[in-house]
Amino acid sequence: MESFVFYIFALMTITGGWIVIYSRNLIYSAFSLLITFVGLAGLYGLLMADFIAATQILIYAGAVLILLLFGIMLTARKTSIEITQSNLPRLPGAIISSLIFLLLMVVIFSEPNWNSATNPGVRETVPMIGKLLMTKYLIPFELASILLLAALIGSVFIARREES
Amino acid sequence: MITVGLYHFLVVSALLFSFGLYAVMTRRNAIGVLLGVELILNSANLNFVAFARYGIFSMDGQLFALFVIILAAAEAAIALAIVLNIFNNFRSINVDEADSLRY
Repeated sequence: MESFVFYIFALMTITGGWIVIYSRNLIYSAFSLLITFVGLAGLYGLLMADFIAATQILIYAGAVLILLLFGIMLTARKTSIEITQSNLPRLPGAIISSLIFLLLMVVIFSEPNWNSATNPGVRETVPMIGKLLMTKYLIPFELASILLLAALIGSVFIARREES
Repeated sequence: MITVGLYHFLVVSALLFSFGLYAVMTRRNAIGVLLGVELILNSANLNFVAFARYGIFSMDGQLFALFVIILAAAEAAIALAIVLNIFNNFRSINVDEADSLRY
């Protein structure tokens, strides 16, 4: 049963990723990225990381993807209706990325005892995450809040139109 | 049927990383490059969570995944602002044409 669910979500993730790089229409790419995000949230749930799964749905599928769609719509040229694009020559990119994929496969499967340290998994993740955020990871947590504030102000400042 | 282990998740993550790398290398549109960057960040996140489940680090991987998601949100906002500015200046978001700081 677990492997069945895994293969469904893995298929969603990889199919979405493939359409992202295969489609020439950027709108199709963005919406298939949504499929990838939902599949990844399912995989996180399978890995007993329910809080991360919910955060993935909320922030990636809810916020980042909407931002990217706004970017696509706002930068479409008014003269041409289609939001397609021409890509660079594909062959060198395909060769390099498949070589890196093969290298990753070799590294993954040449390490025999990665699987040996299986822990039972934390049952209640949300209290643990809350405690860790307030004790061990307090400074990164506060830095992240300052970073989000700086990103908010900076993006508004960069993207505003010049009044001249 | 084989039980799902760490290797399954690592293979999915490696595939996503290669897809993202391919998108970053071949897309001309700046938004397409951003989609590739999102794929790469998500593959790293999947690795963090998988090692949090199957490794000796019990919850630290999940915390790192959380921080990666926060950084990705900030990165998307800033990158979109820069892309909009490039579009206002160059009338195009082709990353080959935007080769000067001042227009």
